[in-house]
Amino acid sequence: MSEPNNQSPPEKRGFFARLKEKLSRTKESIVGRIKKIIRLTGKVDDALLEQIEEILLQGDVGVETTTKIIEQLRQREDARKAENADQVTAVLKDILRSIVEHDERQLKLGDARPYVILVVGVNGTGKTTTIAKLARRFRDQGLTTLLVAGDTFRAAAIEQLEIWAKRTGSDFISQGMGSDAGSVCYDALQAARARKIDVVLIDTAGRLHTKVNLMEELKKVVRVIRKVIPEAPHETLLVLDATTGQNAISQTKIFSEAVPVSGIVMTKLDGTAKGGILIAIRDLFDIPVVMIGVGESQEDLRDFDPAEFVDALFEE
Amino acid sequence: MFENLGKRLEGVIRKIRGLGTINETNIREAVKDVRLALLEADVNFKVVKSFTQQVTERAVGQEVLRSITPGQQFIKIVFDELVKAMGGEAKPPEFDPNKINKVLLLGLQGSGKTTFAGKLARRMLKQGFKPMLVACDVHRAAAVHQLEVVGKQVGVPVFSIPGSTDARAIALRGLEEAERQAINLVIFDTAGRLHIDEVKMDELTAIKQAVQPSYCFLVADAMTGQDAVQSAARFHEAVGIDGVCLTKLDGDARGGAALSVSQVTGRPIVFVGVGEKADDLELFHPDRMAQRILGMGDVLTLVEKAQETFDAEQALEMQRKMRKATFTLGDFLNQLRQVKKMGSFADLLKYIPGLGSQIPAEAVDEKELAHIEAIICSMTPMEREMPQIMDASRKRRVAAGSGTTVADVNALIKQFEETKKMLKKFMGAGGFGGAARHPAMGHGMGHGSGKRKKKKRR
Repeated sequence: MSEPNNQSPPEKRGFFARLKEKLSRTKESIVGRIKKIIRLTGKVDDALLEQIEEILLQGDVGVETTTKIIEQLRQREDARKAENADQVTAVLKDILRSIVEHDERQLKLGDARPYVILVVGVNGTGKTTTIAKLARRFRDQGLTTLLVAGDTFRAAAIEQLEIWAKRTGSDFISQGMGSDAGSVCYDALQAARARKIDVVLIDTAGRLHTKVNLMEELKKVVRVIRKVIPEAPHETLLVLDATTGQNAISQTKIFSEAVPVSGIVMTKLDGTAKGGILIAIRDLFDIPVVMIGVGESQEDLRDFDPAEFVDALFEE
Repeated sequence: MFENLGKRLEGVIRKIRGLGTINETNIREAVKDVRLALLEADVNFKVVKSFTQQVTERAVGQEVLRSITPGQQFIKIVFDELVKAMGGEAKPPEFDPNKINKVLLLGLQGSGKTTFAGKLARRMLKQGFKPMLVACDVHRAAAVHQLEVVGKQVGVPVFSIPGSTDARAIALRGLEEAERQAINLVIFDTAGRLHIDEVKMDELTAIKQAVQPSYCFLVADAMTGQDAVQSAARFHEAVGIDGVCLTKLDGDARGGAALSVSQVTGRPIVFVGVGEKADDLELFHPDRMAQRILGMGDVLTLVEKAQETFDAEQALEMQRKMRKATFTLGDFLNQLRQVKKMGSFADLLKYIPGLGSQIPAEAVDEKELAHIEAIICSMTPMEREMPQIMDASRKRRVAAGSGTTVADVNALIKQFEETKKMLKKFMGAGGFGGAARHPAMGHGMGHGSGKRKKKKRR
């Protein structure tokens, strides 16, 4: 939530190294421990499976997905025949990868201009910060950006976004606090057209997915957006907090029922939360995780690469 | 998968309830389900382990087997252990109005510290304290401004030093300012930080040492998963906390973090945030929370809410009118508005035993209430007084004015007359026990949802 460290020049360290480093805590907790246990016992038996189950559950993978993984591990011929830790690890990695990798996709701008990106999520997941980082990324690509203060509810949300607009050299459109979010979006899209803006990033108020009226408001925002640009929003990103437990599943379900969620951004993966909920989300929904946040600085918002994610989990 | 812990345990318990006798196998089966339910509720794995162990031990030991009603006994054991695991009893902070009470708020990013600061200030202001907010979040963009707006909303002063990046200095100056203004409760809002960020953890320790807070509260998101234990433990180790405040409990999070956090820190959960408004803050009651988790409802909270919201004089006046049965649609409108102040009906329902988990939030039509309000508002004072004068022409006018149909208007008038008749009967019989204490509430809710009220009264 704080600002990136004075825009130090992007470090030359590759994504892989960075992710690995950031995920090292995660890795140690999930895979590292599993590997240790596997090394101790050497073969797959019920006791080992039980321990793996325990570790997955502690990593927020959730009961349903954990059960599925364990069942697969139990069924797999190669796991049963495994004679050493590496072989069991390979099978487990294979299973995890098959869950995380399906329908992968990255955040790429289409041809439409303005390209409209709507950002939604519950309170405090990091929507505004994510928008700031996305804006800088697009600005670095030489595109013009417009930040839209659709969070008209929370105190100082508008100011927070405005500061980021200034810092990233983005245009900024807002109305007062308490104004109608739909109306802000309508104005903004008109302006974006007139000013020939490339990317419009719309911030929305954090809302608990169980508040029916607030979810209705969100639907209305989408309807209003479509009045100006029928194909928009071209991208609707749901921001999830990696420290969230199983509730992230409920959030994903209800938000994607209300608005056309096209991708997930998972923030705060740099804490000690295991990020296992990401595996559960990928298992239970056909919505790709497009980006992950692994820190506070600009380069810490990265494209999500499923293969690398799993590899990094297993890296020692 | 998406059912809540209460519902889930209800299922488990129903299984046991149905059994005449109970044996060890039954118990193990039930405990297994309890374990799954708790895990799905994000209760930390280790906490689940010790919790289910305790339940099993107590249940498998003679206690349940010998009990005449083993089902009830099992529920009681689960309940007791839940309460115990969440700290036993409500532990409200004790503030001394004759000195400067200092509350330091800390937590992860996005857990809701600033919002909570406002709610706490508001609560204490209502109790006669003179609170002040101090903006120590020097990191996040517009964080200071956010606190200023929050302060204005709840009507308390906010201290900040524009441009300063020294949180400790701000805290100290804030304290000086508080002394000058004869403030007796200072709430320090700090920046969100990761518990593994050592630099920022040091900043917290420095602030704490400087201001010597009476209470150091960890503000934590009720939706947190397994990691709740880790972050809480590290905050506790590094800075030392006196209590935990759980936010965003108004979502469908199953609240497992409540269980885990209090166990791992050994500190009580003090407050819970239950909504978007400044008043949506409640004391944490482990027993009530356990009841809620078990689907037993929470009538106490509802009654407290009603007492807080309803104007005592108005309620008395209402009571008088009801006794004389001179209760009019205008009075009803007032009540409707008072009930609305208590929160949405969906929220209120959660507190009523046996209803909470059965009626999904969507089922309660808040719109219907809005329609009723619109209809009454479209009536003239005379019509509100004597709805019997409403002829077809008047009804058409009211329907048009309120954007409803004549049928809606008819339905409302009919409902109202029926309620009035019922009231007369009650009054005639002289027995109106509960409602005499909370007449406004009883009647207001009755009209909005007649069937439910009657059920409750029985």
